[in-house]
Amino acid sequence: MANTEGMGASPRRKEDQRFLIGKGRYVDDIDVPHQAYGYFVRSPYAHAKILGVDIAAAAAMPGVIRILTGADVVADKLGGLICGWMIHSKDGSPMKAPPHPILAHDKVRYAGDHVALVVAETKAQAKDAGEAVVVDYEELPAVVNLATAQSAGAAQIHSEVPRNTSFEWELGDKAGTEAALAKSARVITFDLINNRLVPNPMEPRAALGVYDAGTDSFTLYTTSQNPHVARLVLSAFVGIAPEHKLRVVAPDVGGGFGSKIFIYAEETACLWASKKVGRPVKWTCERGEAFLCDAHGRDHRSHAELGMDENGRFTALKVKTVANMGAYLSTFASAVPTYLSVPLLAGQYATPVIYAEVDAVFTNTAPVDAYRGAGRPEATFLLERIVDIAADETGIDPAELRRRNFITTFPYQTPVALQYDVGDYNASMDKALEIADYAGFPARKAEAAKRGKLRGIGLSAYIEACGVAPSKLAGQLGAGVGLYESAQVRFNPTGNVQVFTGCHSHGQGHETTYAQIISEVLGVPIDAVEVVHGDTSSVQFGMGTYGSRSGSVGGSAARKAAEKIVEKAKKIVAFRFECAAGDIEFDDGVFTVAGTDKKMSIQEVAFAAYVPHNYPLDELEPGLNESAFYDPLNFTYPAGTHICELEVDPDTGVTTIVNWTAVDDFGRLINPMIVHGQVHGGIAQGIGQALLEGCIYDEESGQLLTGSFMDYCMPRADDLPSYKVDFTETACSHNPLGVKGCGEAGAIASPPAVINALCDAIGCRDITMPATPEKVWRAVQAKRRPLAAE
Amino acid sequence: MSQTVSLTVNGKAVTATVEERTLLVQLLREQLGLTGTHVGCDTSQCGACVVHVGGRSVKSCTMLAVQAAGQDVATIEGLAKDGQLHPMQAAFREHHGLQCGYCTPGMVMSAIDMVKRHPSPDEATVRHELEGNICRCTGYHNIVKAVIAGAQAMRG
Repeated sequence: MANTEGMGASPRRKEDQRFLIGKGRYVDDIDVPHQAYGYFVRSPYAHAKILGVDIAAAAAMPGVIRILTGADVVADKLGGLICGWMIHSKDGSPMKAPPHPILAHDKVRYAGDHVALVVAETKAQAKDAGEAVVVDYEELPAVVNLATAQSAGAAQIHSEVPRNTSFEWELGDKAGTEAALAKSARVITFDLINNRLVPNPMEPRAALGVYDAGTDSFTLYTTSQNPHVARLVLSAFVGIAPEHKLRVVAPDVGGGFGSKIFIYAEETACLWASKKVGRPVKWTCERGEAFLCDAHGRDHRSHAELGMDENGRFTALKVKTVANMGAYLSTFASAVPTYLSVPLLAGQYATPVIYAEVDAVFTNTAPVDAYRGAGRPEATFLLERIVDIAADETGIDPAELRRRNFITTFPYQTPVALQYDVGDYNASMDKALEIADYAGFPARKAEAAKRGKLRGIGLSAYIEACGVAPSKLAGQLGAGVGLYESAQVRFNPTGNVQVFTGCHSHGQGHETTYAQIISEVLGVPIDAVEVVHGDTSSVQFGMGTYGSRSGSVGGSAARKAAEKIVEKAKKIVAFRFECAAGDIEFDDGVFTVAGTDKKMSIQEVAFAAYVPHNYPLDELEPGLNESAFYDPLNFTYPAGTHICELEVDPDTGVTTIVNWTAVDDFGRLINPMIVHGQVHGGIAQGIGQALLEGCIYDEESGQLLTGSFMDYCMPRADDLPSYKVDFTETACSHNPLGVKGCGEAGAIASPPAVINALCDAIGCRDITMPATPEKVWRAVQAKRRPLAAE
Repeated sequence: MSQTVSLTVNGKAVTATVEERTLLVQLLREQLGLTGTHVGCDTSQCGACVVHVGGRSVKSCTMLAVQAAGQDVATIEGLAKDGQLHPMQAAFREHHGLQCGYCTPGMVMSAIDMVKRHPSPDEATVRHELEGNICRCTGYHNIVKAVIAGAQAMRG
């Protein structure tokens, strides 16, 4: 019997009911008795010495319970925040990861840096008192511009980091690449900026730290994508409490996009303060604060050289990137421009040699870390832009040039570390070209011209690597932890199932998709499956959700645990019917003894498992509860082609996207409805990067100029089109589900598709992101003027 | 200074003591425990806090609690009747118009108000009307589908 709720079906989401009736439970919705409120005093300067902090007047204000400063952090010997991925420079030296204190002590290094925590009876009282904390600053020159941050004249942000350079890293064959470039018939050069973004999940971060003096233990409610990693860092590195005395709960979380992976100062300080004041301490970020101090994304400057032979085949690629780290190294900041980005520079192409250098540079800006795609959008943007420039310069059609260079045999070892297991790049591009009616574009362009509009079309044939793996390789590359995932499947005696996963759902729909995985293996309806996540006291361990890993890694762990359930159940059935376990067959929730009419439903087995009287205990234990740790054998490689078609109004510079086609190969799909939604959201963020969003600091003062939704242009419903989304499928060869991951693809694929289409429409070589109406209008005028002069 | 304010919330008479500076959203969330209404920004841009006051959609982060005195306020918690989702809520579920759920209450409240004014909205109308509600997850595609379907269901 076909399972209508298993893999490949699109049951509606189990989690939706509570969100739709207003019963979601986000951190700010949680109140505990006797709680106090925290407010952070933040630096108004980008770079300054702290000469003194006077809290006397503030401490005397109504409702103030305690004001904690950097001096208290030092006195309590509290550890700082860490960066969990060690990168070594070309010369073998380890990256420079200067201290990242919970509260600044001697110096502040970005506007918004944390200086003091005011704890008061009410939020308003904490805020009022925060205004009265007097900090004596000696302002220092701010380092803002990435292009000059490494120069001798730039101020030094950390005393132990000369030239503000954390590391100078490389990957690939330098000599081979340079030799191949020298012999190439043509070399395309391209300089680009990958614009800085603010992740802006709609739920601002929040934390509620609770200390229980009776048990000397802590509970932290926090907006986290990975509560176990938070507990590990808070315990092992910050030193708040040992793990068995520290429970971290990430309840409903309103979006993350990477920004809630990291362990920040605020939740750390609230937890620490809860013991110092003997009261629970709650902090909820305001949007303005989020702009200042959530980790930002992207912010790379790159120079690229692509060699080609006379037939348009790529001969070599050489890239130099300077990556902005902000003021401190955030939790995974060092991995983003290096191992999460450079290995993707092969893209879908059989470029024989590649060499890339990355300098990681400190500036007096908020820390920069992973944001949806994390390194892969940066690599894809560079590659898919330079390929289009190459197409333009050689006169080869952009689709044809891509096709000429596609990898077509698998497995394929790239020159930059990765081995692609499966893929069919022609299939996804052909399907996209067909859906987008690529062949009919010239007619549409001509029709638009009659209406006075400039119409353009742009392709992006992307690849990404998801589910960072295997742990052994990640460790060799510097990851501080292995990147497996754990799951536990527990059958209750009455036949329902709880699945405990170390991944965290904050919009991805795991409560439905994991139930589908379990339903497929165990033959139980998804309504009988509850997915439990986000609480270190329920779930054994986990690495959390990021890098599109929850399906391929977390889902595989869930499947592995479910398969162990089946194996255990077979032993129980064999005992019941006095036959060999090898004679038991299982299909769609029913165990049968081969060749007989003896059968038991899995629910009957579950009940039997918990009420036995006579199990041979050395062979068969009671219970039906299995756990698994799944460590992937390789990354997964989602890939596909996105096509953007747009129109520019030459008089206003306004760009309107008129068609969007996405054809992605995510391997097998667990829930196509949810996959569509993930693709839509990713594309929207990518269009946001390409046309709307840009985080800007004042170059002199280091003040954030785009600090609200009125200054930072978030994509809104009327900025975006509807999307045509379709799929091709080559199943992942090395995980039990055949899935690859879908959460980031849209954000990776879309920015170059938009800019390629814009350049096609305007007839220009490049336009920087975000391509605002002003920039587009200027680009249009620049093309017009020489024409007018002719 | 505190003040007493009386209003109707989801059909029930409510009296509360608030400061003059207390916002309507603070009254709803912190005093009445109606945490379905969310706060997503400080600048009246995102629409996560949309409720109905006197039958019209209002950003409750931009209205003082005392301004709601004597008014009829409806929040996301008041929409479902007898365990049955409102047709707009049901349409969001059916068309996968929500992911993380944070913007959802404001989206649904805005959508219902929109349909009162535009009983059969087309895609362009829906997109224009939702300009004051930001979603970071869905890319709006499925929200637009849900609102159009919800409008149809509300027409019956």
